[in-house]
Amino acid sequence: MTLVHDRYRAINSPLHRLDPRVKLVTALLLIVGIVLTPERAWPAYPLLWALVGGIAAVGQLGVGRVARLGGVALPFALAAATLLFTTPGDPVISLAGLDITDNGLARFAAILLKSWLAVQVALLLSMSTHITDLLWALSSLRVPATLVAIISFMIRYLYTLQDEAQRLTRARAARSATHTGQRSGGSIRWRARVTGGLVGNLFLRSYERSERVYAAMLARGYRGELRSLDPPPLTGRAVLSGAGVIAALVVIELAALLLWG
Amino acid sequence: MSHHTIEIDDLSFSYPDGRQALDNVSLHVAQNEKVALVGPNGAGKSTLMLHLNGILRSSAGRIQVGGLALNDKNLGQIRAWLGLVFQNPDDQLFSPTVFQDVAFGPLHMGLPEAEVRARVDRALAAVGMDDFADRASFHLSVGEKKRIAIATVLSMDPQILVLDEPSAGLDPRSRRDLIGLLHDLDQQTMLISTHDMRLVADLCSRTVVLDGGRVVSDGPTAEILYDSDLMERHGLETP
Repeated sequence: MTLVHDRYRAINSPLHRLDPRVKLVTALLLIVGIVLTPERAWPAYPLLWALVGGIAAVGQLGVGRVARLGGVALPFALAAATLLFTTPGDPVISLAGLDITDNGLARFAAILLKSWLAVQVALLLSMSTHITDLLWALSSLRVPATLVAIISFMIRYLYTLQDEAQRLTRARAARSATHTGQRSGGSIRWRARVTGGLVGNLFLRSYERSERVYAAMLARGYRGELRSLDPPPLTGRAVLSGAGVIAALVVIELAALLLWG
Repeated sequence: MSHHTIEIDDLSFSYPDGRQALDNVSLHVAQNEKVALVGPNGAGKSTLMLHLNGILRSSAGRIQVGGLALNDKNLGQIRAWLGLVFQNPDDQLFSPTVFQDVAFGPLHMGLPEAEVRARVDRALAAVGMDDFADRASFHLSVGEKKRIAIATVLSMDPQILVLDEPSAGLDPRSRRDLIGLLHDLDQQTMLISTHDMRLVADLCSRTVVLDGGRVVSDGPTAEILYDSDLMERHGLETP
């Protein structure tokens, strides 16, 4: 049972070697650009996908696989399904007394496409960048050090916490025996209490661990300020490749605004 | 000034809930001595160790490390001199990668980058883990984690190593390796808390028995360890 899953794929591709700061900024801009695409600019979507797919191909991550994985967010986009009925416009289909409008259909389709594309961009970033590189990229982009430290500890202890939770549930399973001829387990209320105790136990253990970790930090000279090595210099080539992707995005968005919007 | 020494005089400590953990403890460790600290669970061994670099502070008693009195002014210096290796390496290795963990101490001592890198390389080489710098700490085995935990303090070039149950949870081979490693570290004074009597016999010339927060015996390992009456009285056993 693994709850925590690292999406990073160790491949030696130009995308993997690219400076994580460039990747992070480019990914954010791509996502913003995708979200801001005018909703009826239909020709823009295949072009945006070509751009995302092109990056996936450079990273040797499999265009098809990234596209398929991008679908994970689609169930969440269903939350926008009410737009089908509530957006004013000409009725197209009637469902159980409710009208689906043409504008509603367009808006809903655009939301599905945009979330699918945006998730693919986020996937490309996490599949091609090791989490520790993302962390120093965040801090060199002036994200507050405390925030970066919290993310860093979370990543470090997620696995430890997962192991601990696993040990607790195993201990419960090992003692959840059935007496011959009797129904096993108790009422829902009783089961909820056991689970509650389990969660509380996990919290207390983590809390105590945090105190021990803090002591370990103090022992090695921590005095309230986290220090790290200076990041390597940003190369012109790295910036250029990021700028290339952004330029392509700008061209697509301009066309979407002026020609198809 | 005396380097590499630990001097504890009349140290007493009670936890906030009133439980007396240390009761008039006095212990002097000379330069390059390797001293074992043994005693049953709850004897106060870990509590004593946490006092040595000021993580726990007590008003009763006096502690000197490397000839410096433990106070707010000397705290930073003493933490650089005295490397504390915690019992559970998961508490000691808190960074995402091995390199960052080993570099943590030197970085917080304010050393320049080249020196930090050199020290990380040296510390990892000393524990035989040269190739592990870029590995993630959470994917290592317990034995590997223990070695890295020791490297995280070796990188600070300490005069004194204080180890809390270094061999706990290790399989026989990792345990052997660890004893060999500690044996080879002859530049440091060592205070080792442990239940592993064979480690004591192999490594330490002097043994201190702590029980109920008091030093109940202190002398050459050969005498104390084979005094079966004494050992049994304090919940221990001869190797």
